[in-house]
Amino acid sequence: MLREGQVRIPSGCAISGIIQKQGKPEINGQQIVDSIAVMHDRSNGLGGGFAGYGIYPEYADSYALHIFYDDFSARQETEAYLDRYFDIVNLSRIPVRKNKNIVDEPMIWRYFVNPVFTKIQEDKGEIDEEKFIVEMVFYVNAAIDGAYIFSSGKNMGIFKAVGFPEDVGDFYKLEEYNGYLWTAHGRYPTNTPGWWGGAHPFGLLDYSVVHNGEISSYDANRRFIEMFDYKCTLLTDTEVITYIIDYLNRKQGFDFKTIADIIAAPFWEEIDRMPADEAQKYKILRNTFASLLITGPFSIICGYKGGLFALNDRLKLRSMVVGEKDDVVYIASEESAIRVICPDVENVWAPQGGEPIIVEVNGEAK
Amino acid sequence: MGINYIYPPFEIHRDPNRCIKCRVCERQCSNKCHVYDEELDVMKADESGCVDCQRCVSLCPTRALRIVPTENKFKKNYNWQQETIENIYRQAETGGALLSSMGNPRELPVYWDKMLINASQVTNPSIDPLREPMETRVFLGKKPNELKIDAKGNIVSELSPQIELDLPIMFSAMSYGSISANAHKALARAATDLGICYNTGEGGLARELYPYGPNTIVQVASGRFGVHTDYLMAGAGIEIKMGQGAKPGIGGHLPGKKIGEAVSRTRMIPEGSDAISPAPHHDIYSIEDLRQLIFSLKEATNYEKPVIVKIAAVHNVSAIASGIARSGADIIAIDGFRGGTGAAPTRIRDNVGIPIELALAAVDQRLRDEKIRNEVSIVVGGSIRNSADIVKAIALGADAVYIGTAALMALGCHLCRHCQSGLCNWGIATQREDLVKRLNPDIGTAHLVNLLHAWDHEIKEIMGGMGINSIESLKGNRLMLRGVGLSDRELDILGIKHAGE
Repeated sequence: MLREGQVRIPSGCAISGIIQKQGKPEINGQQIVDSIAVMHDRSNGLGGGFAGYGIYPEYADSYALHIFYDDFSARQETEAYLDRYFDIVNLSRIPVRKNKNIVDEPMIWRYFVNPVFTKIQEDKGEIDEEKFIVEMVFYVNAAIDGAYIFSSGKNMGIFKAVGFPEDVGDFYKLEEYNGYLWTAHGRYPTNTPGWWGGAHPFGLLDYSVVHNGEISSYDANRRFIEMFDYKCTLLTDTEVITYIIDYLNRKQGFDFKTIADIIAAPFWEEIDRMPADEAQKYKILRNTFASLLITGPFSIICGYKGGLFALNDRLKLRSMVVGEKDDVVYIASEESAIRVICPDVENVWAPQGGEPIIVEVNGEAK
Repeated sequence: MGINYIYPPFEIHRDPNRCIKCRVCERQCSNKCHVYDEELDVMKADESGCVDCQRCVSLCPTRALRIVPTENKFKKNYNWQQETIENIYRQAETGGALLSSMGNPRELPVYWDKMLINASQVTNPSIDPLREPMETRVFLGKKPNELKIDAKGNIVSELSPQIELDLPIMFSAMSYGSISANAHKALARAATDLGICYNTGEGGLARELYPYGPNTIVQVASGRFGVHTDYLMAGAGIEIKMGQGAKPGIGGHLPGKKIGEAVSRTRMIPEGSDAISPAPHHDIYSIEDLRQLIFSLKEATNYEKPVIVKIAAVHNVSAIASGIARSGADIIAIDGFRGGTGAAPTRIRDNVGIPIELALAAVDQRLRDEKIRNEVSIVVGGSIRNSADIVKAIALGADAVYIGTAALMALGCHLCRHCQSGLCNWGIATQREDLVKRLNPDIGTAHLVNLLHAWDHEIKEIMGGMGINSIESLKGNRLMLRGVGLSDRELDILGIKHAGE
């Protein structure tokens, strides 16, 4: 069977997210595991994963690279490459516990690294730090056989595997981590993936995306975003959505409200009814970024260092529920996934199609 | 009188039991095929001029007429076919190059018919076009690579001029001179009603059609007929015609007998003189010369009009397109080898040029590989025959399509392919006043509008079926297509997978 990247594997799923609005890393990893466990039937056991933010306070200023290795030589090659450009502050296997439902695990390693600018400038000249990290990740994933970097942000990390999400959470011992933002994903793909790297969330720098749905616009989006130095190697919806968000937020400098206006743009009949100035702005956005319109169904939660961004497609073809209690915001595919961890949650509501949920952390979280 | 080697290709069969001798066929046939014999009180037919335009058949009130291909043929020979032999006789007799009209009729692959479209099922819902918005609006023009937004959230970047279309379809260039004034009127009015554009072709723009300017693309061809400042400012965009799919590499020739008073005025040439469009533009001998013309036109129109460059689909179309995309053009129009024409040398029409499906796939991929796909929009034609072709073209990467032959058919054309004679019985490809009168612009407009409304409806149904509700999500979405009966090379060039994969 072909794996992600060799063939396109569509899937349906479950997603959940929790964010502490002050940026205080008080949410234990077990919470998000309990939340997604309740949506067991939305997955088929072929993928599960989590993203946690604020989980590495001792190494908050270093990039935390999470890497899968198929074999020892992949690890050697990768570490030699990292040594060229980075100061490796700490490295270790990611601690796991044996779970009978998680099998065929690759080697899973974690490195806290700082780019050494003098070494980079020698080789590559003046360079933007984040651009360099992205290029490094693309290089390792494409050129080094058997190595796959699946998390590359600061003070955040993605944990994923082939299995039900509650088993994945148990496997990675997520109860030992505390963060201010967690997202989770349970996968129901329609081919059999053989591969841990294909599970979700998909991450690049501090952007992580969990996605429920299957986008019809995939190839139109992919063939456009690849013009801007992104390589869609996994052929998954989540990958292309993450690249689109990275492109619009980091490279174009748009805020998340504008990003929602681009990827879930209002219909022309709505734009034609707007006042002239506003209509003109939406017209220009829709015309310029026509190929970044994402035609659904989709329900996404994107975590980033500044907070959380959640969105449904314009026709609201996937579910999404939001609730809040005591400075913590909960978002999930089902209300039950929120109630199981916060039984007295307040203000439960469902956003409209195309209406973004943006929760920014104030306070010192980065 | 020499030996007549060419037997008339068509026979006119009249059912005497049905014929009521109303003489409509006699009045309608400009090739003088029907005549009423007073003495014998019977209709007679002379098949020697018949071109099978179906005018008499369509108008006969009792359907008494049938035009059939003659059974009188040379001995069957796979290599030396009937027409091949007849063409040698013609050339031996006249010493002239063969001339033909309309698009390549030969049996060569039609790739549209070898591509199949996806539909959503189970993992992704289809969308109901009757209940949900289904958007087919497109903008043609150069797109910026970044947008600057000020503190208040307003966009401060300037966008290049765009052409806004309610449907991704435009009427292709057909010159006034090759087709009649009534045909042009119908195209102009229909384009305005539909919110799209039609193209003047290289014959200039008649004054009375200036009010339709916002829905007009004015063409600047190698003969520069009718080109003056008002003309350039009149349209929604300017098209530089570098080539045409039906006759790549050669120019055009409108015989003097078709240049009457009105045509002469619109083209700005003397009445009765031949209108010859030279092969290259004689001020464009290289890509940098094209860039110079593009900017001359933009200067002359104050940078208010997008500039389209129309090329024929030839072997190195990708490289040419890449050059054009970097030359300041806003839109590239590619015309495939099946494109129509008023008149072209037969051998060139039948043997020169490549299929538009392959050209489009190659150009779209090349521009994306070079990261310059945003510099231009792509419009394709030659030939687009129905709404499924349009969906496939957009999925391959086109922004919009041009239709020529299909539009003329909506006006009544029966593809008899004798436009070069100027005796079009349907009033389309002629300048003879008595014939032109037969094409009623009101009815013509209504037919064009009907055709495109029908296609729009079909496009929306197909889009909804594949779970797409905005045409921009279909553009370049190659995964929505699969090939059947195509070789690996063909699949590779089209950039699509085989059905079953």
